[in-house]
Amino acid sequence: MGSKLRIVNGRLYDPANGVDGEVRDLCVEDGRIVESVGPDAKKIEAQGMVIMPGGVDIHCHIAGPKVNLARKLQPESHRYDVQPRTAFTRSGTGGTVPSTFTTGYRYATLGYTTAMEAAVPPIGARHTLEELHDTPVIDKGFYVLLGNNVLLNQLMKEGRRDELRQAVAWWLNATRAYTIKLVNPGGDEPWKGQRNAVITDLDQNIDSFDITPRQVITSLIEVANELGLPHPAHIHCNNLGHSGNYKTTLETMRMAGDSRVHITHIQFHSYGGEPGKNPTSMAPEIAAYVNDHPNVSADVGQVMFGKSTIMTADAPVAHLLRRLGSDKRWVNSDTECESGCGIIPFSYQEHIYTHALQWAIGLELFLLTKDPWRMVLSTDHPNGGSFMSYPRLIRLLMDRDFRDEQIKLVNQRAIRKTTLADGLSREYTLNEIAIVTRAGPARLLGLKNKGHLGVGAEADITIYEEDEDKEKMFTAPRYVLKDGKLIIEDHEFRGDNEGRILHVAPAYDPEIEKVIKPFFESYYSIRFENYAVTDHYLRAHEEIATAKPMAAE
Amino acid sequence: MSENTKVVENATCTFCGCVCDDMNLTVDLDAHKIIKAQNACVLGRAWFTEHVAEKRPFALIDGKEASTEEGIEAAAQILANAKFPITYGLSDTTCEAQRQAVAITDMIGGNLDTTTSVCHGPSGIAFQGTGESTASLGEIKNRADLIVFWGGNPAESHPRLFTRYALMPKGLRIPNGKKDRYAVLVDVRRTPSAPVADKFIQVKPGTDFEVLWALRALVKGRRVDPKLEEKTGVKIADLEDLAQRMKSCRFGALLFGMGLTMTRGRHFNSGALLALASDLNEFTHFVAKPVRGHGNVTGADNVVSWQTGFPFGINFGRGYPRFNPGEFTTVDLLSRGEADAALIIASDPASNFPKPAVEHLKSIPVIVLDTKESVTTRIAKVAFATATYGINVPGTVYRMDDVAIALRPALESPYPSDEEVLTAIKNRVRELLAASGRAGNPAAQKVA
Repeated sequence: MGSKLRIVNGRLYDPANGVDGEVRDLCVEDGRIVESVGPDAKKIEAQGMVIMPGGVDIHCHIAGPKVNLARKLQPESHRYDVQPRTAFTRSGTGGTVPSTFTTGYRYATLGYTTAMEAAVPPIGARHTLEELHDTPVIDKGFYVLLGNNVLLNQLMKEGRRDELRQAVAWWLNATRAYTIKLVNPGGDEPWKGQRNAVITDLDQNIDSFDITPRQVITSLIEVANELGLPHPAHIHCNNLGHSGNYKTTLETMRMAGDSRVHITHIQFHSYGGEPGKNPTSMAPEIAAYVNDHPNVSADVGQVMFGKSTIMTADAPVAHLLRRLGSDKRWVNSDTECESGCGIIPFSYQEHIYTHALQWAIGLELFLLTKDPWRMVLSTDHPNGGSFMSYPRLIRLLMDRDFRDEQIKLVNQRAIRKTTLADGLSREYTLNEIAIVTRAGPARLLGLKNKGHLGVGAEADITIYEEDEDKEKMFTAPRYVLKDGKLIIEDHEFRGDNEGRILHVAPAYDPEIEKVIKPFFESYYSIRFENYAVTDHYLRAHEEIATAKPMAAE
Repeated sequence: MSENTKVVENATCTFCGCVCDDMNLTVDLDAHKIIKAQNACVLGRAWFTEHVAEKRPFALIDGKEASTEEGIEAAAQILANAKFPITYGLSDTTCEAQRQAVAITDMIGGNLDTTTSVCHGPSGIAFQGTGESTASLGEIKNRADLIVFWGGNPAESHPRLFTRYALMPKGLRIPNGKKDRYAVLVDVRRTPSAPVADKFIQVKPGTDFEVLWALRALVKGRRVDPKLEEKTGVKIADLEDLAQRMKSCRFGALLFGMGLTMTRGRHFNSGALLALASDLNEFTHFVAKPVRGHGNVTGADNVVSWQTGFPFGINFGRGYPRFNPGEFTTVDLLSRGEADAALIIASDPASNFPKPAVEHLKSIPVIVLDTKESVTTRIAKVAFATATYGINVPGTVYRMDDVAIALRPALESPYPSDEEVLTAIKNRVRELLAASGRAGNPAAQKVA
């Protein structure tokens, strides 16, 4: 920081400020974009290059208890994908679940400067923050799992609405999380408490609590909005992966009414067909609903062929997939009062009907959406595929000839069930790519200083060399700046950066601890006093302000 | 006892892998001593109340007194100039110190291994082969109506595993505590843990694998060879009964110890047990959990895994981490006479490694960080006296179920923490490497 920089002659893509490929200078001082800098500023020549804000990943799994289990599980995937130490960077290993340092460096080498870990059980917050500190370069935060929280479920059952909101706010503070995450809401109790039973209906009663998934979802959507969180409730719907689940997804979106809601990896929730039988594509129906409802946003959760790791708080779905995959290794991990978790090594294959269909549905969602600001790019890393496959995905979106060739290589029975068979001709522009990979996610996250290059924005900047081959272009930016610091120059690391933890801290009434503490003393295995994460674990961090809290009613 | 006391509430005991965080420690400020450890088990009480600040030199170089700073310089010189340095130990210190140790080893291209390789390392290998259905300890407390302890003696090694987490406590779906649970102990001899179990099954030494594999068969409704009774010493009827109980419980838990991992079969034993627990999920909810020994051995597994991708037995010699137990595990490489310098943290390998390994260790410069004098400190070239984690030093430890807990120290120590010493060594090693032009591998700097 403190350094001044002028980037000249590059073509700027800054959709948040309506800049679509104009050649203009970009000035940086003290880590921020500024109007102008003096002649003593270092100059970067960007002739023939494309300048975008640093990428923002709205949904990935990169740190915390389940990620580390998945890392430990797969030594074979690390063995042939190593990251050697350099003078600036630590060594590590890759695969679909890279080591922490490698995760940070590889995001940087793609031009990404922010990533959000999408599912952390509250008791795992301390562990997650420790790993995020060892994830260099990028800024980062995490979503905390509250959709199967036993105490919150009890408050819902008893109709203690005000205390529910207070308790959620307490939990966000105690964990230093960014927003509320729901995964298979209501599904943990039958799984853990009723011999691996599953929930399939939003109105199914969860016996032990006498509430339904619908009640869990509606109340947490409301609470997130009442607390004025910068990003709304982030929902992994019920019935992930099951044929016919699009009805659950549509109904979940309807439950939000006019309130903001984010449906994550929506591709995995856009299937028609009968449960237990082969899925069909309901991407057009899902895309249409999202198009028509500006309160709804989604990330795609694109499937990419090749290796992946299924890692999810949705334990039943991992158990089901274990029967289907060829790798029989399976991890299940229950977290007291808070969550479940399932992990399996997986691979998506072109010739398999379901995998090809999933791949095609993701592309349909991208190509049928009218508002790329609300249908942003993700692979649910590493579930649909590694974040390292983003450049290939970008090429699939930008290059119709390439896409058509690829479509020919996959299971044709699946393709015929999708609108790709009708020859969707849309090609994403660079401006649209800038929306789905940085401007859109930053706006959905409420990160006002990210995802754009206006004056005052954080100087997280990526400079790509233009190339017909968009995969090549987006695989290796020439320059990457984080907070104005040159991290990558001429494709080589020039520096390291710690990165900040992004979190919220909504106000709450401390009286709520009188409700929470007795529950802890009965049902947790660690002391209430030792549960909340202290400042020691935050280090470099930034509290993102919540909007003015709304009244309870 | 003086009147001048303070109480540290909700402190954490790091003696064993239970990492109980409900200690109320009474400190006599005049005597500079913990005089009472409320809620502690017999082991924890000894850990806290017998802690005395030993009068040791800050550092010893070749057995002669030195300052910490002189020790750091000597240690950095050894590490920066070694061709095959090894780092070992790490299970009895904070994650903050562990992170520094991995950073040093990465920088010098050394070998990295933890005490996991001599305790539950085989369980780590089995995990890589089969996965694991597992749970946090609170979930076992809240839900487990069947608990099978296998190859361990928690009554003496982890007393509060019974009283706080897995057997006695009442929980969410276990309103009456032990009355609502059925407990089984499987071991080669009747230990003090046996009386608390509803059923004790004695297996002949070295036949755990056969018994576990037979259970897998019975769970799947297959028959087992009656000759197994003679071989294992276990009645088939007992196994049938156990298999039936496992299938019909609501939430079962298998908690296993080093009786499985350090006897014939090793990772095959752990793997059989993990596979059994996974199989049972076709019928009901079932979990398994290795019962870990050292206070922060689970933290070492976690830190080393997130930083390298592998849990133990790692070598950075090529500029990136490689994993190969047997090749890069410390006992094995020392026994082969490899390594030309060693950095030992919070461990005493010279007292418990096999003779050939100890002989080689004696022949190379050894750097040791320990809170107490040990056999290893006595053979060390450089020995640092450091403060004790959890008693003197704050920081993070991971309980055996991967739950991270922050420490609340009760007493000040004149000695630096492991983290402070390691950070200083790291910084000095970096300077030395930069001065000799070996700070990074220039060939590896290319991004793509």
